[in-house]
Amino acid sequence: MIAETIAGSAALWPVAIPLAAAALTLLARRWPALQRGVMEAGVLLMLAASVLLLARAAGGETLVVNFGGWGAPFGVTLVADRLGAALSAVTGVVALAVAIYARADIRARRRRAGFDPLFLAMLAAVNGAFLTGDIFNLYVWFELMLVTALGLVTLDRRRAQIDGAIRYAAMSMTGASMILIGIGLLYGETGTLDMAHLSALLAGRAPTVALSASAFLLLAGFVLKAGLFPLFFWLPASYHTAPISVAAVLAGLLTKVAVYACLRVFVMVFGLVGATVAPGLASALAVLAAATMVVSVLAALAQVDIRRVLAYHVMGQVGYVTMGLALASSLGISTAMFYMMHTMLLQTGLFLGAGAIARTTGSFDLRRAGGLMREHPLFAGLFAALALSLAGIPPLSGFWAKYLVIDAAVRGGAAWLAVLALVVGFLTLYSMSKLWTDAFWKPPPGRPRALRRVPPAMMVALALVAACTLGIGLAIEPISVLTREAALQVIPTAASEVAQ
Amino acid sequence: MSVLYALVAAVLFGCSLYMILSRNLVRVLLGLSLLTTAVNLMLFETGRFRSVQPPIITEDANRLGGSAEPLSQALILTAIVIGFALTVLLAVLVVRAYRAHGTLASHEIRSADQLGDPFAAEAGDDR
Repeated sequence: MIAETIAGSAALWPVAIPLAAAALTLLARRWPALQRGVMEAGVLLMLAASVLLLARAAGGETLVVNFGGWGAPFGVTLVADRLGAALSAVTGVVALAVAIYARADIRARRRRAGFDPLFLAMLAAVNGAFLTGDIFNLYVWFELMLVTALGLVTLDRRRAQIDGAIRYAAMSMTGASMILIGIGLLYGETGTLDMAHLSALLAGRAPTVALSASAFLLLAGFVLKAGLFPLFFWLPASYHTAPISVAAVLAGLLTKVAVYACLRVFVMVFGLVGATVAPGLASALAVLAAATMVVSVLAALAQVDIRRVLAYHVMGQVGYVTMGLALASSLGISTAMFYMMHTMLLQTGLFLGAGAIARTTGSFDLRRAGGLMREHPLFAGLFAALALSLAGIPPLSGFWAKYLVIDAAVRGGAAWLAVLALVVGFLTLYSMSKLWTDAFWKPPPGRPRALRRVPPAMMVALALVAACTLGIGLAIEPISVLTREAALQVIPTAASEVAQ
Repeated sequence: MSVLYALVAAVLFGCSLYMILSRNLVRVLLGLSLLTTAVNLMLFETGRFRSVQPPIITEDANRLGGSAEPLSQALILTAIVIGFALTVLLAVLVVRAYRAHGTLASHEIRSADQLGDPFAAEAGDDR
């Protein structure tokens, strides 16, 4: 009986478990060891729930939970299809890596400042956004993510953190208002908020001014939250100020949720693939993706702080995902999904690696780093795997991500995007080799200092992410089949027949 | 009626965007709270102005008829709560920034830019 209830509401657990654990960690505030234990147990349970959900959704089953006994389209629903479940599972892996890393990075002072409840509530919000079937609910999860992110960025109460958080908050609140206006217009035009219902109502409908306005306002809001050109300035101004565990989880999850929202809303509701109700959306996305890729990689080349280099690469990778989306084909959508899963893992791993570099050399400044290769060869190897994966070297997942998206662009007749992506990929390779050489290979400047050891928790977290990127790269076939099927599930049925 | 509401919302949007573009952080804060108000007014209008009847299903009927739109009002309530919470949080951040930097001028608060600035000779240290 109980087992049936638990299995029947499978889509609920990836959201409910971290929320419950967040409440428990608040109760355990006085006992830091207990707090940490509850946080880690919550993350593990959440990962297990997400993986079980993915195992069921991968078979083609769509798991639905209705709240308050109101069925769709009247009530708020959680809907786990292949895309939502897969991203939720990746979120679980990212959370696990950060939770392991936090053993070495998050000390008692940061625990007292509320790391555990904020981290868990953010995970609940991210999973909620991936699994919700209601567009207004999506907005609510975005706001919960913002609130928890602000708390996490200002964990140490430093001047730069307060400054970064203000920029982040002001820009994000403006973006959220645009998203809300877009949702309001959509509701005024259709009278529903359920995304599956919206998709059915809007399929085959002629474009109207209200629908276009709604689509482009949503685009502006999502572009801001995803850190795409030209609304990205808050991202490199705030991510590098946060504690490194926090920066890793922000880089891995938050911008990707905004791209996911683009994917879900534009493809499923506005019919981006096929006869869209908002013409011009695909070309706007293509221009934004191209500009983001170029600007971010050039900006990254100019930086000397590792966190800043990586923050610009977060933007650049989001540009690649958007490029897949902009192709407006079933192939393009599936490559965007694959790229998103790869980059969620990788950005987290790179930021965690940056934290480990700073731990051993005492600085995030590349000019002061060096000589790590001799002292920590294993760490150098793990970081090199992550850096090469970002640059797109086989057999790591980054190679497949770039190969698939460029292949889709060539097949979709967007050769200019493919060429641009190749050039940016080359510059990314240059940037990552410069970063790795500066930190690990070159002799340390000035008089030799003793390098501190890298805590084992940090090494385990890095090894987990590196194993994932290698594993995805080697087991490419099942994952690319999953994303292809997931894309067909998201694209409305009438349009998917045309697109095939 | 609809046009009047739309015009009021448009004026509020204009005012709030003007204030958000200001260099004074308190004005930015007020502008953002005005922006959420404008959005709420617009959400209210998406429910259309059909009726002043409360949305209660009468005893002998099994569906709602001839009443005001309940869902858009529920959306506004949610949006008010969220907007309020975020405004308070931003206000706290502005107060902390004022204490730490001694100014409210956003172009003078640059500690996030100085942290790891590539053009500075030595890595900025943040305390």
